Amino acid sequence: MGEVIVVTSGKGGVGKTTTSANIGTGLASSGHKVVLVDTDIGLRNLDVVMGLENRIVYDIVDVTSGNCRLKQALIKDKRFENLYLLPAAQTKDKTAVSPDQMKTLSAELKKEFDYAIIDCPAGIEQGFRNAIAGADRAVVVTTPEVSAVRDADRIIGLLEAAELHSPKLIINRIRPQMVKRGDMMDISDILDILAIDLLGVVPEDESIVVSTNRGEPAVMDHSSRAGEAYRRITRRIRGEEVPLMNLDVPDGLMDRLKKLIGMR
Amino acid sequence: MMLEFISRMLGKESASKNIAKERLRLVLVHDRASISPHMLNKLKEDLIKVISNYMEIDESALEVNLNQDEREVALVANIPVIKMRRDYAAKS
Repeated sequence: MGEVIVVTSGKGGVGKTTTSANIGTGLASSGHKVVLVDTDIGLRNLDVVMGLENRIVYDIVDVTSGNCRLKQALIKDKRFENLYLLPAAQTKDKTAVSPDQMKTLSAELKKEFDYAIIDCPAGIEQGFRNAIAGADRAVVVTTPEVSAVRDADRIIGLLEAAELHSPKLIINRIRPQMVKRGDMMDISDILDILAIDLLGVVPEDESIVVSTNRGEPAVMDHSSRAGEAYRRITRRIRGEEVPLMNLDVPDGLMDRLKKLIGMR
Repeated sequence: MMLEFISRMLGKESASKNIAKERLRLVLVHDRASISPHMLNKLKEDLIKVISNYMEIDESALEVNLNQDEREVALVANIPVIKMRRDYAAKS
């Protein structure tokens, strides 16, 4: 029996889709049978991030409304034969699927796959309620900004209310330089505010833009810092204990100067 | 501008992350309370229970709210007292 993991955030643009793609690809690369589910109906994107946009025939609404069988809608990944994508519909809206249909779909996916990773749309309306309906556990993605952390807090409250207890946090796009000079909240600041367990920290990394341009998840790129962070997150999801990545940056000129004159 | 830069370099000005943290702390008190009016209701019931040991209060006029100003969030309760109990000492 597999597990359904929903990736949420509340605020848009914090990296839910990138995170879903990387976690799914990471789990598949370690041998698990994985399906990525895009529930952002009307704004589908997981297909382009995975580089599978040209292969779509059927979508999630075709499956839930009985237009096709689940197997027909699943798209096999280019890189891993144990990785599949169930794309969102592009021409319908969020109400085309109901929470009950998502529960049924999730139960069916759990029979076939070790992991189903559900990419949730931004917001707290029906798209969100659909995405979490059949989930066993939840991951909350945030960035170290006031707006994203506030929305993450709201999402954590809604997940708890929906009986999805102890969600895990991913802090995305952290910039060690800014943290160091006190202009960005660090890991402990955010954990202190949100009071949930940390699943991982992903540094801001240009390689994410490049890998999204190419449709190749960064988790497969061994020279990518963000990719390394996602590899560690993947191992934690599988139950391994993995230390946090070292995000330290070398001392700049100003720091060395300050140390020299005894200011810190 | 230059002055700000210099005082930043000398570490005098509060780092902006502290401002972010403080603002978040305040806004989340309010967010969390407004998500769960249930919690405020429970709190009301508990308050009535405790206070009734000491005085008779007008439960229908009881008001409990979270008030926020620039720097802090306060729990403000307005509890009209009808009369004091004489037997409170005997109870304890």
